[in-house]
Amino acid sequence: MDLSLSTETVGDRTIVRVGGEIDVYTAPKLREQLVELVNDGSFHLVVDMEGVDFLDSTGLGVLVGGLKRVRAHEGSLRLVCNQERILKIFRITCLTKVFPIHTSVEEAVAATD
Amino acid sequence: MATVELRFSALPEHVRTARLVAAAVARRAGVDEAVLDEVRLAVGEACTRAVGLHQHGGISAPVKVLLIEEEKQFSIEVGDEAPHAPVQARSADEVLGDPDAETEEDEMGLAVISGLVDDVEVSAGENGGSIRMRWPTTPPAATFT
Repeated sequence: MDLSLSTETVGDRTIVRVGGEIDVYTAPKLREQLVELVNDGSFHLVVDMEGVDFLDSTGLGVLVGGLKRVRAHEGSLRLVCNQERILKIFRITCLTKVFPIHTSVEEAVAATD
Repeated sequence: MATVELRFSALPEHVRTARLVAAAVARRAGVDEAVLDEVRLAVGEACTRAVGLHQHGGISAPVKVLLIEEEKQFSIEVGDEAPHAPVQARSADEVLGDPDAETEEDEMGLAVISGLVDDVEVSAGENGGSIRMRWPTTPPAATFT
């Protein structure tokens, strides 16, 4: 399965819906999408991972890269994820301390802290 | 001899194939269903690392994956042919010119593997390196009739 990407703007937030597998082959597409959004002035991103079937460290690296880019503009990058097998990877790498992880897009969009 | 041996060109698009094959052979070998996600992720991380090492080292040799079914355990060995020493093989310009530092991703991949797999050995030498991972297997409870 390949990677699918779609974006939607809600107020000052941009929701990036990701589906499929994020690995060494597909992660560059996600990186391009995040870089493009930041270059276009979208600094508050919500990455919806509910449709993600597989995530590896390359994908984590891209998300960390995205976080660095939005932070350079006082922005934010929030994740939406309820899947235990995906959350486990964030826990192993201690990235749960780096990313705010929400249970729904609505919650992530409303979050301000 | 390995139960299944896989060699693939060091290209990112083949890592998924290695994951699927490894998971299929692990399932057949009797690795617990609940652990198959971990097998898939760990072998993917190891292959991703090997592909990266080959690509950066300009090595045309394939990445090798050995899937070995043994008594009460299943092993996966991912081998690369990248010389791991001396480490300073890459020039400072190459390292600094890359904004998404490869070394960080490499370390994160190893962190994921060691976080997932209890029994893992990483070896590296002048002629290449390998990551060997082992999982316990449960033999079928009853014979199918």
